[in-house]
This record gives sequence, C-alpha cells and structure tokens, in this order.
Amino acid sequence: MSLFQIFDVSGSALTAESVRLNTTASNLANAESVAGSAAAAYKSRHPVFQSLLREFGATPEEDQSAVGVRVLGIVESSAPALVRYQPDHPLADARGNVYVSNVNSIEEMTNMIAASRSFQSNVEVINTSRDLLLKTITMGARA
Amino acid sequence: MHIGTDIFGNHELALLVRGRRAGVLAANLANADTPNFKSRDLDFAAALQGADGGGLALATTSAAHLGGAAGMDPGGELLYRIPYQPSLDGNTVETPVEMAAFSENAVRYQASLMFINRTIAEIETALTGQ
Repeated sequence: MSLFQIFDVSGSALTAESVRLNTTASNLANAESVAGSAAAAYKSRHPVFQSLLREFGATPEEDQSAVGVRVLGIVESSAPALVRYQPDHPLADARGNVYVSNVNSIEEMTNMIAASRSFQSNVEVINTSRDLLLKTITMGARA
Repeated sequence: MHIGTDIFGNHELALLVRGRRAGVLAANLANADTPNFKSRDLDFAAALQGADGGGLALATTSAAHLGGAAGMDPGGELLYRIPYQPSLDGNTVETPVEMAAFSENAVRYQASLMFINRTIAEIETALTGQ
C-alpha cells in the first residue's frame, strides 16, 4: 500500500464521519418535533459503519491494509416515542396525547463530540501524509 | 566509498515499510468507529527483514510455476493489536495509541528520507568536487 492510498482511506472516513455528524444534526434539530401518532413521531437516526476491504485499487497481490470505511445504512432507533398530554395541541389525538421524538439529546451531544474528534484525527493523518509525500517528491533536490 | 546498488543502505527499504505502516495505521484510524474492526500493525524489524528478501519464497517444482513475489511486498504479515481496554462493540482501535504510532512512524519516515537526501548530496559533492 502506498502513501497515496491513505488519501482514499482517510477520505472515506471523513465522508462517514460527516454522515454521522449530519444524522446528529438532524436528530438534535428534531429533538422537540411533535406528531399526532406514535408511528409518525420522529425517530432518532444513527449510521452503521462498515469497513471496506480491498477497495481503492488494491490488487490481490497487495495485502488488505487499505481498509476504508463506509456507511452501510442508517437505522432508526426503536425506543418508544415520548407521550405528552396536551389536549389543546393542534396535533393531539382523541385522548389528548401528542408524541414527541425519541431523541436523547445527551447521547446526541456525545456522539457529535466523538464524530468531530474522529474527523479531526483523520484530517491530521491526511495532512501528515501529504507532508511526507511532498518531501518524498523533492528527494535529492538541493536545499 | 563504494558506490554500488546499496548506497542508501537500509533506508530505501525502510521508506517502503514506513509507507506501508503509515497506510495500516491510517486504516486503523479511519475505522476507529467501525464495529468489530480489529486494529492492526506491522512489526517493523520483521517487516524490514521480509522486505530485504529474507521472506519465504514459494516452492517451485516445475519451470512453469510462478515463483511468487517473495520480498516484493514490503514487510510481512499484519499483526493484530491487543487493546488496553476492550470495547463493547468489538472494535480494538484506540485512537491515541494509533495517533502516537502514526506520528512516530512519520518522523522515522522523514529521518530515512533525510539520510537518503544527505547521501545524494554527498555523492553530488564527490562528483562535482566543489
């Protein structure tokens, strides 16, 4: 595996982490969304990551070290929606209940911090590899 | 000084192995949040030996057999890292450990690169006599 493949591998991680940040943003934005039934209530979404073996032009002779990551899919949380008794709410059902999304704000905040840290460490890896490559292509040049 | 094929000593191979190790560590960091991903690394000393042609070649009993690419792939087998703290989702990547290894690897890569550059400068000086 050459240093060039690092851009693909770390780039895939940046994409995956930004999907994670996107779902977190969507969850936090909808933390107080209200619906008229439990089925229609917003459900918290989370991406599922999967590693990508032998992608990015790795030939069979090469080993499996070029392991990127991708988002396999986005799953909705199965936690029950919060039921709130608000008979005067325009969306209230016959019993006077409204259904609030099952987003756990604390969980989302920690998720956001973790995603942002992972994003940063991958940017760091890309920058370092770029520096190494730039130094390598000027090998033998007179200072 | 004898100018042969090995003027750069081990550093040429070291660059290849360091480059590969950087890739392995980058893959670990990329998969820091992937469930069941197992962190991997190279044993540098063993890898350098393997890259030096010390690796095992395929046995050939006929002229038509391929010899295999012994020594072509810089640095033997990937090893699995033993985590300090096992995590619930089966992932064994510990980001600080990987970052530290990556930085160390980058510095050593640059060191090898510098040795090569100095050797080239030395030879240039010898050639031009200035």
